[in-house]
Formats: sequence, C-alpha cells, structure tokens
Amino acid sequence: MTIVTASQLLKNYVAGDITVQAIRGVDFSIEPASFVSFVGPSGSGKSTLLNMIGCLDPPTSGSLEVVGTDVTNLSPAQSAAFRGAHIGFIFQDFNLIPVLTVFENIEYPLLMVQNWPAAKRKKQVEKMLESVGMMDQGHKYPSQISGGQKQRVAVARALVTNAKLVLADEPTANLDRDTANRIIALMKAMRDEFSTTFIFSTHDPKVVKNAEIIYTLEDGQLLDNNGDQGGSHE
Amino acid sequence: MNNIFKIAARNLRRYKRRTLLTSILITLGVVAVLLFVSVSGSFKSMMIGQITDSMLGHIQVHRKGYMASMDSLPLNRNLQGKQIAKVKKMLDENDAVEAYSMRIKLGAMFSNFNETTNVRLNAVNPKQEMATVPMLQERIIKGKKEGLLSKGEILIPELVAKGMKVKLKDTIVLVATNKDGSVNGQPFVVRGVLEGISGPGGRDSYIHIDDARTLLRIEGKEVSEIAIRLKDMDKLESVFAAMKGGLTGLKNKKGKPVFEVHSWDKLSPFSKIADMIDLMTLFIKVMLVAIVLVSIMNVMVMAVYERINEIGTIAAIGTGPGKIMALFVTEGFLLGVLGTILGVVISLGAIVVMNMSQISFDFGRQKGLLLSPTIAAGDVIIVVAIVVAIAVLGSLQPAWKAAKMDPITALRHV
Repeated sequence: MTIVTASQLLKNYVAGDITVQAIRGVDFSIEPASFVSFVGPSGSGKSTLLNMIGCLDPPTSGSLEVVGTDVTNLSPAQSAAFRGAHIGFIFQDFNLIPVLTVFENIEYPLLMVQNWPAAKRKKQVEKMLESVGMMDQGHKYPSQISGGQKQRVAVARALVTNAKLVLADEPTANLDRDTANRIIALMKAMRDEFSTTFIFSTHDPKVVKNAEIIYTLEDGQLLDNNGDQGGSHE
Repeated sequence: MNNIFKIAARNLRRYKRRTLLTSILITLGVVAVLLFVSVSGSFKSMMIGQITDSMLGHIQVHRKGYMASMDSLPLNRNLQGKQIAKVKKMLDENDAVEAYSMRIKLGAMFSNFNETTNVRLNAVNPKQEMATVPMLQERIIKGKKEGLLSKGEILIPELVAKGMKVKLKDTIVLVATNKDGSVNGQPFVVRGVLEGISGPGGRDSYIHIDDARTLLRIEGKEVSEIAIRLKDMDKLESVFAAMKGGLTGLKNKKGKPVFEVHSWDKLSPFSKIADMIDLMTLFIKVMLVAIVLVSIMNVMVMAVYERINEIGTIAAIGTGPGKIMALFVTEGFLLGVLGTILGVVISLGAIVVMNMSQISFDFGRQKGLLLSPTIAAGDVIIVVAIVVAIAVLGSLQPAWKAAKMDPITALRHV
C-alpha cells in the first residue's frame, strides 16, 4: 500500500496565449512513513508537484491518489476538507498566525478544522509541544520566538491532527544551517514517533542529504539514477 | 463561534490605530444621529404637545363640509343633537379616549365701547376644555387660571388686549350674527389674557358655551366641533381609524356623509414641519449608513489585502470558506458594535448634560422654551441595529473575497 501514487501526472498553466507545462507526465509512488525529498532547481516544478499532492492545485491530467483517495477531481470544498483531515503543511515562511499564541497556533487545526473537544485538544497540543521541545513557549506569540522555534511550531501544527502525510515546501529556506539541520532532524524524529510520511522540497544540497528518498525534478520531469528524464531514483 | 470572535477581536487589536480611527468615525456618526433624533424629537414632541394640548386636541370631529368653509366659521355646518349623541356614545365607549370637548366656534365683533375689531371665538364647557386641552390654562398670562372661565366672562388673546387697550375686569361687548342672519350683542367681563401661540386657533378668544348659545340664540344642542384627547398619543392611528370607520360611513337622507374626522396633523400646518424633521432624521440616518458602510468596507478590504498570506495558510490547513468568511464578517461586526457602544454611551451622556444645562429657544412668539432632549429606547435600538447590520453588510464583500481566495495564489502573495 502506498500513501501517494501518481500516474502520468501533468500540470499546465495557461497565461494568455501561452501554455506552460509545469509537470510533464510524471509517475511515482511513495510508501507510508517515508522521508522523501523532491529536489531540483527553481522552476523545476517541485512546488507545483507538492501543491498537487497537497490538493491545493488540481492536475491537468493523469491520476493522483493520496492516502487512499483519488484526489484528481476533487472540488475546492472537498479538497479543503481532505486537507484538513489528512494532510499537514509546513511552509518556508513558517506562516504562523500572528494573533495566536504558540499553543493556539498548534491548536488551530483541531479547533477550527476538526472540532476536537477541549480536553482532548489540550492533551494533544501539549503532547505536540513536548515532542517539538516547545513546552515552555506555549504562551508566547510568534513575534516573540526565533525562526527555528517558529518552524518547530509549524511542524507541531502539521502533525497535531495525526496527519498521515506532511508536505513541507522549502522548510529550511529561511533558516541558518544549524537550525535547518535541527528542523530536518526534528521532522525525521517525528516521522519515527508518529509514522507520518514527510515529503519536502528543497534545492539546498546539504539538506537533501538528510532525505531517505530523493526525487530529482528538472523541467517538470523526474530524472532517473543517471540523470536521464523519465525515471525516479531512491 | 467563541474562537471566531476571539480571533476577530485579536485581529482588531493587532491594528489598534486603524480600529480606533474607524470606531471613532462610527461613533461620531452614531452620536450625530442620536443627538439629532433626541433634540429634534424633543422639539417636535414639544411643539406637537403645545398644539394638541393647548388648542386642537388629538382628533376633531366636524360635520361634513365644515373644514372646507372653516375660515368663515359657518354656523349652519354645526353638528346637531342626534349627531352629537352618536359621537358622544362612540367616545364614551372607547377606552383610549381620555376626554373630549364640545365647542361652538364663531366670529364676532369685539367692542370696547370706543373701538371695534373682529375676533374668532371658541365657546367651550370649561371642565371639558381643560380636560381635553390641559395646557390652555398655562397660556393665561394675566388673570386667574383656576376654572378657566365662567358664564359672562371672556378670555382674550394678548394681541387683542393690547390692540384694544383692554384690561382685566373691563367690560366688552360681543356682537354676533346667528345663522338666521339676525344680530345680537352681549356684554362680557375680561377674565384673562391668553398668550398667543403659533398655529390655527392660537389667537382665538374663549367664552362659555352657554353664553354662545344665548348670543347666537341657539335653542337646541348644537356644536361646531368635538375635540378629542387620547390617553396615549401612540394610539392615535388606531383610534383615528376606528372613529373614521365608525363615523364617515354614516350617511344622511340624501346619501351623503354626515361627519368628517381629522387627526391633529391634518388641522395644523406644523405637521409639515414635523414631517420635515422626520425627513431630516431619515437623511441623517442615510448619512450614518454611508459612513459606516464606507469605513467598514474600507477597513475590511485593507484587512483582507494585508492578510492574504494568512488566508492562504488557514485555507491550506483546511479551514472551510464559511469559517474564513465568518472570521472577517465577525471583525466587521465587532467594529460596528464597538463604535456603536461608544456612540450610544457618549450620546446618552450628552443628552444628560444638555438637560442639566437647561438650553432654551424661541419658537414663533413663544420665548424661552426649554429644550429637554430625550431619546426612546426604541430609537437607540433602531440606530444600533442599523449600524451593526450595515457593518456586517460592509464586511460581506471583502469576507466573500477572502473565502473564495485560491490558497496557492494567497500563499504566494508577499
């Protein structure tokens, strides 16, 4: 059983008279509890691919199955519900909600998306705070913590709903080397603790080396072991 | 729902200056409306009170055609015995009626034995008249107020007293023509001088109804008009409708209507001023709506624009469009509520201060009328409801835009 399966996945963007092929018919599958990185230069299609896996952007053609559901033709409302139920997101700029405390940011998906009861919510958020080493920072606002701490909070927020899949688009791009390594290590530890699949995109080679499975993208196509188009490597 | 309120309130606190400025704008609008409503409303009710409580009453009943020839005070258009009894029965059976006064209105020559002038006269039963127009006594600026007047006495307006150089207790003669065309004269003692007020009947003299019957040689019971006072003026419309329905349908032998019924506003030109005040109140409310709509929309459009990335984040996490919309609508709602609460508190304070300051004004010949602004709870509730509803309405479009935002585009926004 795979957690993500893509077959002949294609994504075109139309700008006026010009059609840009962002993803050109890729095939891949990802096993549960994998720690996967999509790498490639800017414009290679990493973010587009992550957006499609995250049900933020529908594919133009091909098929895409995520957490056992065919997400190719979901409506925007169905996509939102699916994301809320199964997928966690970690963003390059952390994207914490500034008016909420660290605790409330982690609590947000449970409260506003999944409607967990208060006691269960509190227990779960405290568990996540402890897991990411932020137990004593819960009362602080995002403006009162460092970039690395923000990304820890973002990791906790992505995992708090017991998501099967976490997507991280350039999660270390705005962090220094040491912090970036610590965040990658944290994500790996979370994968080990919760058996969550992590898929992240990066173009930083020093971060890439931490990934267990690496897919290289170039011009919207996956490269094989030899750097040729049309395959993937692990 | 509490969490939506909490997040919305925190977002308002996040942009303190903008929230404060917008709230102040709404507050100023609410204060302007409430103060205008209270001052104009107090002026209006005072004027209406003056007119209805010292002259007209709330409703008047006449014989059909009387009002059309009112200027000549026709005696051949008086209500007769059976007609009077019909009206009296209807009034006695109506619990909303506090009192009524039967009047004979007539024109006469007023002579001080040296000079003569024309006067308009109201011949009344003093007890009925005082119960129907209780402020009439207060208009007596010279002479005894108690009991209004007795047989053989006359109350004259200030202008006639001055013009004819007549003092209290002077004897004057009234000469009137009855409906048969014969002329009769009768002496009267000046009992008091009345303050003249604006409006029809504001410069009329008063005599006892029995004296009028003698002067005009009226043998049966007949009156020119029946003025009616209600216990509660708010019931004017329903009582008026009931009386009109009950009386105007009655026809004479020729199949023509016998009675005509008028509410005070159809008898006094001041009702037009009252209508103007109502119109101005409406306009100022429309201005308030515009102020609230523009300021809330402006703020909420800015709020959405500034938080596009946040909208993308919460949408990506799985927040449904309904909740995103609710977050922004709630912000607008809270802004409206904040501005309104401030506005109501300031307005009520200002009304108290104005009442304590005892502001006076002149209206026509009446000097030093005391302005006592008040505002009904209903008016406050209406203004609050308008502002809050418009605040929500003004937030809908920006909130809709936020809810419909594509998460990817929003997340890419810098």
